[in-house]
Amino acid sequence: MAEKRISAPLTDEQIMELRAGDNMLISGVIYTGRDAAHKRLVELIEKGEKLPIDLKGQIIYYVGPAPAKPGKVIGSAGPTTSVRMDAYTPAVLKEGLKVCIGKGGRSKEVKEALQKYKAVYVAAVGGAAALIAKKIKKAEVVAYEDLGPEAIRRLEVEDFPVTVINDAYGNDLYEEGAKRYRIE
Amino acid sequence: MREIHVREITEQVAQMCKEANYFLGDDVLQAFREAAAREESPVGKEVFAQLITNAEIARREEVPMCQDTGTAVFFIELGQDVHVVGGDLNEAINEGVRRGYTEGYLRKSMVADPLERKNTGDNIPAIIHVEIVPGDKIKLTFAPKGGGSENMSALKMLKPSDGYEGVVNFVVEHCRKSGANPCPPIVVGVGIGGNFETCAYLAKKALTRPLGKPHENPRYAEMEREILEKINKLGIGPQGFGGRVTALAVHIEVMGCHITGIPTAVNINCHACRHVERII
Repeated sequence: MAEKRISAPLTDEQIMELRAGDNMLISGVIYTGRDAAHKRLVELIEKGEKLPIDLKGQIIYYVGPAPAKPGKVIGSAGPTTSVRMDAYTPAVLKEGLKVCIGKGGRSKEVKEALQKYKAVYVAAVGGAAALIAKKIKKAEVVAYEDLGPEAIRRLEVEDFPVTVINDAYGNDLYEEGAKRYRIE
Repeated sequence: MREIHVREITEQVAQMCKEANYFLGDDVLQAFREAAAREESPVGKEVFAQLITNAEIARREEVPMCQDTGTAVFFIELGQDVHVVGGDLNEAINEGVRRGYTEGYLRKSMVADPLERKNTGDNIPAIIHVEIVPGDKIKLTFAPKGGGSENMSALKMLKPSDGYEGVVNFVVEHCRKSGANPCPPIVVGVGIGGNFETCAYLAKKALTRPLGKPHENPRYAEMEREILEKINKLGIGPQGFGGRVTALAVHIEVMGCHITGIPTAVNINCHACRHVERII
């Protein structure tokens, strides 16, 4: 299967080359964040305070990994359901975030914000958590350690497989894919 | 009375927590292989390839197949001639979960209070259903349940006039609305009858049946086939990327109910349909 390769930081131009349905391999740095971390980030944004990580051009992965076994970089680490981040996503996209990785559908507001701020929403295979963990070469907590599995981690990944769901043109793979295979 | 010490229950439970999360059942793996063969979507086929590799890695390295190692759900069939000694049965199970999730490097996903949301740090509380049955044994069934698919649950008190069609339509429409969220290909548990809380219990219990084993009543076996076919016509496909295989199986459990209604519950499982059993 044809695959594109991307790494952060990403520019608007790079984002505009991506289309819903594209398979991609991500290498380099990505950050983890779930609802609890997003809530804190957005509270800082609203107060106009500095964020613990610079989001410009970056990639956030919605994941709460299992604990690492001794000798391992990280425990199993598949994507979590993205809808729980919907309330916070437009605000982080405005800060310059370019890619979010999760699974499952997004709200109308998120899809509009992806177009407005030129960003994409991509999915990793939900439940392929042991396989995905193998693509993670380094992991360190960089903020909100008290949140445990929900802390913000800086990951270094190699050939992390994802599929573009919502591109910056308003296309939606979930809608198009189901339409293509639906039998009336 | 046969005496069973709580220590034995705790030890078994700790083992079961690890096993269920590391080792995907052969019934599910076989269903992946069959589904991969009939899936027409190339992205869908790739999803199955990843899921099969993922299960192999989890088994070989003894790591959880999914980072969401779930709420610890137990179905206990407690023989009426068993005397549990040495402590509290519920506490014995919770202690087993504590131990299994800690020793097994499984994720602790439970919060103490639904609104305060502070993680308990040991995946407690377990959800424990106890049924008293004849005999002098205890049968433990452990089914860790991921939150993403659990959130895609529904319950409706249908009217008698809604009938067979009403049940089918409610289940299919609910699966359509759930889309990619519960990590398709899904397994659909359906509870029909009983009352409000019982139909939900039946829907969850239905998920512990060996994958694809039909209901023993031909009428409900037919209903399972019909619902499965309709769900797979939705086109949602593996992971919602579009495709022929949205669900691997539909399992129905039924119970008699009041003249006024057809309580119906849908509990969706992701493709990681995990469960292990022990008889003590």
